[in-house]
Amino acid sequence: MQVEKSNEVERNIHMDLKKITEEQTSQTGLTEQISENRANGTREKGIGAKGDFKPLIVAFCCNWCSYAGADLAGTSRLSYPAEVKIIRVPCSCRINPIFILRAFGRGADGVIICGCHPGDCHYSTGNYYTRRRMTLLFSMLDYLGIEKERTRVEWVSAAEGVKFSTVMNDFAKTIHRLGENKKLEDLRCKEFPY
Amino acid sequence: MQRVSVLIELIRERAQKLLEDGIVNRVIGWKKGEFFYDRTPAVFQASDDLSELIYDGFCSANLSKYLIQENKKDGKILALLKPCDTYSFNQLIKEHQINRENVYILGIGCPDMLDINKIRGKGIKGIQKIEENDDELIIDTLYGQRKCRREDVLLEKCLSCKGREHVAYDELVIGDLRNDLTIENEAMSDSASGKNPYEMVEKIEAMTPDERFAFWRSELSKCIRCNACRNVCPACTCIKCIFDNDRSGIASKANTDTFEENMFHIIRALHVAGRCTDCGECSRVCPQQIPLHLLNRKVIKDINEFYGEYQAGADTETVGPLISYKQDDVEPDIIMRKGGHK
Repeated sequence: MQVEKSNEVERNIHMDLKKITEEQTSQTGLTEQISENRANGTREKGIGAKGDFKPLIVAFCCNWCSYAGADLAGTSRLSYPAEVKIIRVPCSCRINPIFILRAFGRGADGVIICGCHPGDCHYSTGNYYTRRRMTLLFSMLDYLGIEKERTRVEWVSAAEGVKFSTVMNDFAKTIHRLGENKKLEDLRCKEFPY
Repeated sequence: MQRVSVLIELIRERAQKLLEDGIVNRVIGWKKGEFFYDRTPAVFQASDDLSELIYDGFCSANLSKYLIQENKKDGKILALLKPCDTYSFNQLIKEHQINRENVYILGIGCPDMLDINKIRGKGIKGIQKIEENDDELIIDTLYGQRKCRREDVLLEKCLSCKGREHVAYDELVIGDLRNDLTIENEAMSDSASGKNPYEMVEKIEAMTPDERFAFWRSELSKCIRCNACRNVCPACTCIKCIFDNDRSGIASKANTDTFEENMFHIIRALHVAGRCTDCGECSRVCPQQIPLHLLNRKVIKDINEFYGEYQAGADTETVGPLISYKQDDVEPDIIMRKGGHK
């Protein structure tokens, strides 16, 4: 008699627990979301976010031309994707290949480098060196089998707000097409919603 | 062994003379290491010690790297440099890492260096001793004597030899080691020397990105981050390396993530870009046998294609390709158009 009773209590507790977990999951929709994510192969940045793949694009902009170009795009009310995060550097020449790799490691899906047009560098020659360095870096990334469209160099002057906005829209479109950066990601820096 | 054994006698004799005359106060060469194929770079202070000096087909270690530290000490050092080591030496002079006055270079002839892994790769196991002849190796193994052709087991770098000319020296001791021009040409044509150094690079470039990625993943994932490639590289002269910075997040002794392997090798290739003489030391010392020279050769190939032919270390004056520019250089988007199919 006693044994039967305790079995019943256990069963009740078990039922309660099941109910609670079911309620919880339906509240957050966590299970569905996980399976959905896995099926689509997409990733959400931030917990609970739903919807399409939102890339993270890092734009290194030189202080004298491209950063001012971005400003002009803003004041001219030209739009460019909010996925583009600008990092201001004193000159495009300041950009070390490590910056680009670390951006990818920390979760960027695309990195674009903007500088003054060759010949217009504030420091006379900085961007000529950038040009050589980046050509070699991009070639190396391509050699290692990393999608070459993820990196780009564009020359944007302070007067080219329109160019800035078109370049960023175009680059964001390319990254959307390529999807998530898998080949050069650092798993230690990933946020997992599940 | 004939020609090399004659050469070592000449070298020893000359080194002894220079030590006794007080022109130099020490000699950097090679001595016997732990295994029979191990030849460890060593500094000899007294002329009596010179009997331990060895020179044979396994003395491939590039002594230029050791001169960075050695030339800071008192007195002049006698360095035994093979032709391709002198390229590294020139590059170090160009970068002001070596004071030319503190080094006396004895340019020595090269018998073409051997790769123990290639010998083992031929299925020759239990090797006890190797006797070198001019064109043949006689190998004593636990299972009897084996023979193998010298040119089949050369180091990768020797297959595309830069030539037998020393680009920097105070004195040459070549013996009869292919110093005769006709012999050299003959040797160049019948051995594999003069093979296109970019053959494998071109092969990788022709792959699809996914194949390339798979290839490099399989190679670089072997990396144990022993840093041997960095430590042996004559172009890596920083006192404090970027990879030694514990705050960099990439200073660990073991790679904790695939990203770190990629990062380490990409950055290393780019840090020596335009300064790498393609001496092949990185691939030689790699305990995991990663073909690291393929990364450096890719950079060299790109530099040659985009900015004109350049051989680092060929002289001490020419400005390196990454610290110079032309106004009409190619734009980085050339990468989108050339090579590497989508």
